[in-house]
Amino acid sequence: MSHGDTRTELPAPLGLLAELTHRCPLACPYCSNPLALDDRSDELDAATWGRVFREAAAMGVLQVHLSGGEPASRRDLVEIVALARDAGLYTNLITSAIGLDRSRLSRLKDAGLDHVQLSLQDVQAATADHIAGYSGAHRRKLSFAEAVHELGLALTVNAVIHRANIDHVSALVEVAAALGAGRVEIAHAQYYGWALRNRRALMPTRDQVMRAMQEMESIRPRYVGRLVIDMVVPDYYARRPKACVGGWGRRSLNVTPSGRVLPCHAAESIPGLQFWSVLERPLLEIWRRSPAFQAFRGTDWMAEPCRSCEMREIDFGGCRCQAMAITGDPRATDPACELSSHHELIQAIAEQDASGAVEEYVYRGRPTAIPIH
Amino acid sequence: MPDALPERPRLAPGVRLHFDKTREAWVLLGPERVIETEGPASDILSRCDGTRTVSQIVDELAVLYTAEASEIARDVEDMLAELAAKRMLV
Repeated sequence: MSHGDTRTELPAPLGLLAELTHRCPLACPYCSNPLALDDRSDELDAATWGRVFREAAAMGVLQVHLSGGEPASRRDLVEIVALARDAGLYTNLITSAIGLDRSRLSRLKDAGLDHVQLSLQDVQAATADHIAGYSGAHRRKLSFAEAVHELGLALTVNAVIHRANIDHVSALVEVAAALGAGRVEIAHAQYYGWALRNRRALMPTRDQVMRAMQEMESIRPRYVGRLVIDMVVPDYYARRPKACVGGWGRRSLNVTPSGRVLPCHAAESIPGLQFWSVLERPLLEIWRRSPAFQAFRGTDWMAEPCRSCEMREIDFGGCRCQAMAITGDPRATDPACELSSHHELIQAIAEQDASGAVEEYVYRGRPTAIPIH
Repeated sequence: MPDALPERPRLAPGVRLHFDKTREAWVLLGPERVIETEGPASDILSRCDGTRTVSQIVDELAVLYTAEASEIARDVEDMLAELAAKRMLV
């Protein structure tokens, strides 16, 4: 137990998502970054990240996920990785591969990097590059994966799934295995940030989702012991909500490029929450007392049907940001739950978006929409 | 699943054993995984270095815990097979 804190039974967090920058060469339409991106000039410097990592480790965090944007857009990434390892953290790099050649990757390994998570957009270069909004990206990802494998680093392939690639889920798993990945994430798009903005272009039909889920179950046995397959479920078509971030302010925290500390990466979409910054307070104090972390911690904030639900400490009422996005009330039951009075609404939205004729992505960081071929 | 057991098990790339000072326990850290170890697990895992065979690991554990190798072999093998299926061991 932690530090004789008898005031609460607040558990220590396990994971820290460190968004090193919002800059990214890719422009994926499902990006989880907020619509208002942090400016480069406001980014925390490496020394401040080092302090954040040491404070995180001291309060019980075991793993840091270096993310973005594209973390390799930071020139001081090698130094940042070394600081994370020096703090004793398991260090995971979440990358698009752009900006990481073999020699830089080798220096990251020497700095103590534990694991690399590489995004793939699709199985064919033409469609993958179109989704990423970046010509040549797919080819570079494949050669990056080769370098990861040759250097003996552990690799996870992450594929965000949506209407344009959902019919290729088993092919994506096959590609991940061929690239030498030990783990693959088939992550159905979660509709926050840019993904929410692009929902009408991204939402698959219910039939597509059902087929993809069945396909995944049927191929799973052949990869046991060879490739770990993790799924992020498509919750607009679900009956029960996900236990979003393992419960608000319970297991993980997220630090933005400029140092604001959030309970989850989309938390700024909830109006009225007050976020504290690592530039002003120690991380432990923020974790324990920041108004944003306290807002939906535990179960006291819940209304019915969550309040008396036997699942309330299992799914924690689902996702606050999704409740906000669909119902306008962040205290409402996540509409992905069939007990929500908005459950029919979210399903109707999904079906309507999936059947819509709108086929343009709004690429993040790009001025205009580009038509899909 | 004894056939899933590596001959000389070692922690998979990206997996390491770490002493968690906050929770005062050995944990196995891997990609998006934190596995708390209990009892003799950390003594078994610290011997999974790719040089020892499974039976050597069993013998060393038997000495360490003053038990008969034949009595603990099954438990050790089950634990290793389970972690191999999760690809924490190769």
